Amino acid sequence: MPRKRMPSTRIVAALLALLAGIGAGLGAARAAPVDDALAHFAADKFPETDVGIDALVASGAPTAPAVLGALSDGRLFFDPGSRKVYVVDAAGTLDDAATGAKAADVTQGGLKKVRLNNAIRSKIAAAVGGLDLVSPDRTKRLAAADTAFAAHDAKARGAVEAALAKEEDPAIKAMLVQARAAIVAASGTGPEAERLDAIATLKARGDGDALNLVDQAGAAPDASPAVKAAAASAAAAIRFTLAVWQALQNAWYGLSLGSVLLLAAIGLAITFGVMGIINMAHGEMVMIGAYTTYVVQQALASSALGGASLLVAVPAAFLVAGAVGIAIERLIIRHLYGRPLETLLATWGVSLILQQLVRTVFGADNRPVAAPAFMAGSFHVGGLEITAGRMWIVVFTVGVFAALQIVLRATPFGLRMRAVTQNRRMASAMGISTGRIDALAFGLGSGIAGIAGVALSQIDNVSPNLGQSYIIDSFMVVVFGGVGNLWGTLVAALSLGVADKFLEPFAGAVLAKIAILVFIVLFIQKRPRGLFALRGRAVEA
Amino acid sequence: MDRFSMNRRQALLGGSALAASATLGGVSRAFAADETVKVGVLHSLSGTMAISETTLKDVMLMLIEEQNRRGGVLGRKLEAVVVDPASNWPLFAEKARELISKDNVAACFGCWTSVSRKSVLPVFKELDNILFYPVQYEGEECERNVFYTGAAPNQQAIPAVDYLMSADGGNVKRWVLAGTDYVYPRTTNKILEAYLKLKGVKPEDIMINYTPFGQSDWQTIVSDIKKFGSAGKKTAVVSTINGDANVPFYKELGNQNIKATDIPVVAFSVGEEELAGMDTKPLVGHLTAWNYFESIDTPENKAFIDKWHAFTKNPKRTTNDPMEAHYIGFNAWVKAVEKAGTFKADPVIDALIGVSVPNLSGGYATVMPNHHITKPVYIGEIGADGQMNTVWQTPGLVVAQEWSPYLEGSKDLIGDWRSPMSCGNYNVKLGKCGGAA
Repeated sequence: MPRKRMPSTRIVAALLALLAGIGAGLGAARAAPVDDALAHFAADKFPETDVGIDALVASGAPTAPAVLGALSDGRLFFDPGSRKVYVVDAAGTLDDAATGAKAADVTQGGLKKVRLNNAIRSKIAAAVGGLDLVSPDRTKRLAAADTAFAAHDAKARGAVEAALAKEEDPAIKAMLVQARAAIVAASGTGPEAERLDAIATLKARGDGDALNLVDQAGAAPDASPAVKAAAASAAAAIRFTLAVWQALQNAWYGLSLGSVLLLAAIGLAITFGVMGIINMAHGEMVMIGAYTTYVVQQALASSALGGASLLVAVPAAFLVAGAVGIAIERLIIRHLYGRPLETLLATWGVSLILQQLVRTVFGADNRPVAAPAFMAGSFHVGGLEITAGRMWIVVFTVGVFAALQIVLRATPFGLRMRAVTQNRRMASAMGISTGRIDALAFGLGSGIAGIAGVALSQIDNVSPNLGQSYIIDSFMVVVFGGVGNLWGTLVAALSLGVADKFLEPFAGAVLAKIAILVFIVLFIQKRPRGLFALRGRAVEA
Repeated sequence: MDRFSMNRRQALLGGSALAASATLGGVSRAFAADETVKVGVLHSLSGTMAISETTLKDVMLMLIEEQNRRGGVLGRKLEAVVVDPASNWPLFAEKARELISKDNVAACFGCWTSVSRKSVLPVFKELDNILFYPVQYEGEECERNVFYTGAAPNQQAIPAVDYLMSADGGNVKRWVLAGTDYVYPRTTNKILEAYLKLKGVKPEDIMINYTPFGQSDWQTIVSDIKKFGSAGKKTAVVSTINGDANVPFYKELGNQNIKATDIPVVAFSVGEEELAGMDTKPLVGHLTAWNYFESIDTPENKAFIDKWHAFTKNPKRTTNDPMEAHYIGFNAWVKAVEKAGTFKADPVIDALIGVSVPNLSGGYATVMPNHHITKPVYIGEIGADGQMNTVWQTPGLVVAQEWSPYLEGSKDLIGDWRSPMSCGNYNVKLGKCGGAA
């Protein structure tokens, strides 16, 4: 890293000089070097582009920052014939890169894009980032300070200290102090007091990067015993903090995986758990929900509701998957009650038919479902990194679970459904239409699977095979939790998720999955009715 | 479904042919059916692999239709026989047998996964027919009846690693080899691990990770990769993650803010087709290694893409590397048949060696004595438009190493199907045919 950063600091210095130059009104006198610099971009070769960036910065052209910005965004074009370079600005019009004037007589058709690779991108980012240390924009300064910490390049120390002297914002100031500490620690030189100070600052930061730097400070060839001791104790402290955060992070990952399992299984907890139907087409209900999300998003793309398409998709997926579920129940399953083997085979067939139907209608390739802005990215809570999408899925799962509990506990339909489950003949004698309740309950389970599909469309492929990857897990959760018990399903999903995520770092994803399966097989031997056994129709059958 | 409609279409064709022969008098029509030569297309049109293989069936239909418009081969029209092995490996063998013994196809184009290829191998050997296999694979195989038009590891994986080690690629010093848990990633990673160690990479700088098929929860693995990459050395991920699991993998990379400038990912199984179902903005700068990109700017490629769009009646259909492999394989077969003057398998297999046909990137692909073809290697960067922009390419064509020189079991083996050697696993150390000692 340090070797690569070297030219970038030169760029920073040159850019600073350039700004000063503009201030002094010297920019216009340097037209010729700009053209030379820009000619490098027209060579269509990475080493030439690299030289061009240095030359451009050294030329002191007033358009340099705009050209570099355009280059990193892929908005810099050149004419292979005349070798002139153009910037496409935000409005989509072409500007001459040397003068910044509008190039009205040129069209984009004959132009070629100046190509980028990751080395060039890093170079531009470092150049622009260094300049941002003194930017008036607070977020840019913060990002630049963060970059300076990550790069911890000894040559940038002057710039960091200059920025530190001027900085007033406490958050940015703290970040700059850390950046300076990182530079000191990484360089392994300087007075003892400064090194000890740097180690203390890094210890307070306490993340993986800090651990690396502290180790480097301790391993410096001329480190005094005091520095070595401080580095060792700081490293131990950071390791401990990291281990604690890692455990919390694993717990969060487990919770997140558990909520996905719960979401996928909760519909099955009704159809299989409460009604006792082995529904192999359950996964396809999830898949139908995901495709409904896709269709809703496409339909609303150009309308005002476009941003809220996921919210619209939730009821839509419930209704579509629920309707399909009711149709399956009325047409097929109802004739097979009490014959679990036939039900299994018939629903397996239904699942294949639904998959191929979707493949024929939508095609075999994955359908893109865009994530809304609030579900993208991640944020930190202490040492925890939480991705927004996963967090919303946890929240959503809690909501679905609560809503389902309310339906079952506090509505007349829920009461009738429980009555039919507990004693079908008695319920029938009391005037409940058991056939209708069966159909509606199956529709409810399928509809909830459809809702799960809305959430899964955000984290998995919307393809005809979507459901297959969840059907085994769903049965596993329901059986483990205890057939017919929603709370059991909740506990089972979360504990399986957490167990999986704690095993994964040691055993790897494949072995972790196998270990969980083996555990469940053994557990079912011991307690065939799962964690929480219930009495009901499933027991009678 | 496709299979059913195919059968129905064939039945309709048969029906109309019967009707025609009844009115025109049997003789004039009867010899037309006799004249067509059948070509087998063995790609899954249903099941998990349909996502990738359906396109290859379409491209074969296009190539055959075009050849027929040019007058067929040796004056005879070609007829595609499409079967659906439904992503079911044993069914591949059954369907291959059906194509060869029942339909008497002259050659087959098909398979995607290595396991499906291994499943049909005994059938092609027993019934002595030709299979053109169009997908990049793990190597370590050289069969007389198979022509491998996809890349061997040294035509894709090794150059990609070389690129990342170079100054241009970022001087990568630390490596994550991440793959789906099956034969292709395992073998490729074994070769790469041996190669990296040969290049002086220390074992603690290599992290190997396998995940099950269809993995969708990448949180732990991506955060492990992030941690592995924060050790102060430039880190890259070499991904042999299978098609479908890539979308959630890249999504998680984006969510955890891992940019291509921090930890680049070079993928061997992600093509234009996979990217079509993805929001590519967070992926910009991540890399892929192939022997063909849709974005390659040559007249041959432009003509091919135009034909493809016209054939599929969809101006947005993407093209990809295995499609080029079929293009090359089909043209090589046509040329070899013309050279041999017959459709019989044995003379055509012999004639295929040395045949050279244009590829789509402006060069030539030559069928080598090891039944693999010469290929250029491209490293492409994923762009915001879902296309790959070439950032590096090998200076010339690369000849496939069917047996990896980096693996203990295969380093002494070569394949050469020319007589007098005629052997797919000749051991140069022992001086005899038959594989490792």
